[in-house]
Amino acid sequence: MESHLTLRVDGEARSLTVDTRTTLLDALRDRLSVTSPKKGCDHGQCGACTVLLDGRRVLSCLILAVAHDGAQVTTAAGLAPEDGELHPLQRAFLDHDGFQCGYCTPGQICSAAGMLDEASAGHPSLVTPVADGDGRSDGHVRRGPAALGDDEIRERMSGNLCRCGAYVNIVAAIREVSAQ
Amino acid sequence: MIPFDYAPASDTDSAVATVTARPGAAFLGGGTNLVDHMKLGIASPDLLVDVTRLPLDAVEELPDGGLRIGATVRNSDLAANPLLRSRYPLLSHALLAGASGQLRNAATTAGNLLQRTRCSYFQDVTTPCNKREPGSGCAAIGGWNRYHAVLGASEHCIAVHPSDMAVAMSAADAVVTVLGEEGERRVPLGEFYRLPGDTPQYDTNLAHGELITSVELPPLPAGARSGYRKVRDRASFAFALVSAAAVLVTDGGHVREARIAFGGLAHKPWRATHAEEALRGAVLGEEAFRLAADAELRYGQPLPGNAFKIPMARNALAALLRELAFVEERR
Repeated sequence: MESHLTLRVDGEARSLTVDTRTTLLDALRDRLSVTSPKKGCDHGQCGACTVLLDGRRVLSCLILAVAHDGAQVTTAAGLAPEDGELHPLQRAFLDHDGFQCGYCTPGQICSAAGMLDEASAGHPSLVTPVADGDGRSDGHVRRGPAALGDDEIRERMSGNLCRCGAYVNIVAAIREVSAQ
Repeated sequence: MIPFDYAPASDTDSAVATVTARPGAAFLGGGTNLVDHMKLGIASPDLLVDVTRLPLDAVEELPDGGLRIGATVRNSDLAANPLLRSRYPLLSHALLAGASGQLRNAATTAGNLLQRTRCSYFQDVTTPCNKREPGSGCAAIGGWNRYHAVLGASEHCIAVHPSDMAVAMSAADAVVTVLGEEGERRVPLGEFYRLPGDTPQYDTNLAHGELITSVELPPLPAGARSGYRKVRDRASFAFALVSAAAVLVTDGGHVREARIAFGGLAHKPWRATHAEEALRGAVLGEEAFRLAADAELRYGQPLPGNAFKIPMARNALAALLRELAFVEERR
């Protein structure tokens, strides 16, 4: 079964007809030639395909394109404010040498961008101390953005694997942007 | 992947009617488990009815102080919900212990309950599996069964349920609201899941076409402390080897009431009623915690590959109870 849909990809409206079986990742890469998100495991275990879908980080390999007609998709290539400029996370990954082969990098950067927004919105992680953000009985939760420590960054980024093992520098890059 | 039709649901009644009428149809939530199963050849629906745009995405306060969680509330939003975090720390903790940030942003409450085992043989269509293909056998029995069940298993299946959230919900006495063609019914979580027996292909007691619309949490007892402890092969983004959820009410130096559930040990979240009974009225302390764990785990039937789970579960429960009983403010 085929379906017609429109996606707004990195700020540009793109219309296409897809077989219902097409994942968002395959629609981006194979149909729209948007090759920034990478196909690593294709089973939701590595994070290389991470994009921002309507502003939230998700795994595009486990999402059916047909279910997201009209959605806004941001890839690592579309994060920069203008052509020729770099997003602070892109700059920091360069400055800190946050990669070796670079295959996981677009997913790392998209995931970090989504993660920093989540932290700013007061979303806890498994290692967030209760006292720092626990809800009170009146429903009030203290909101971020507190600078994230290394434990927080590692836990919140655990869905992005780097088989070159550039984790130390990835954490440093994200820590720098988190503190800005 | 076989071709399938896609239809966004317009309302719950028609979604239920559509799926009920078509044996090959399935509901689509976040898709994090189902889409993977379709790629692996484990699931091959011919119609997906997308329920994510139905108005089932609210977390509402109930008059008695409990919460009603909509079926399509995303795991990340639920874990961050201020009311959930203040009233059900065990559940927020369990949600955050599961999956990754990206997966929690997509996965729904109902989908989390309905996710299927990560048994490596179930997920590999080239091997025998009674859950995937009834009657074909079980490759895990006598195979690699480090992650498999030590309680409630059968000669047909030794798979475990993978959810962290469901374990916390079990200890919290959650009730699942289900809509079918005959109307709505309320299923306590303790009656929601099945043991494998000789029909391991069925994980739950839901009929084809029944739709989870919400999960209700009754208020925890006054003065209760609650928590979740998960043990796994790496620090994050891994399924549990063993986990424990507990609600503890103390009175002086004694246990007034305890509600306990184990994860990673069985085909369903394992409500540890023997441990709860052993704790009632006991003097708070290491001895009582370990005796309570043993009261449950003595029914365990470990395999060569997973015998470590018995002491691991005992230690996990004792550590959790110690934390709830004696540590001023737990993370």
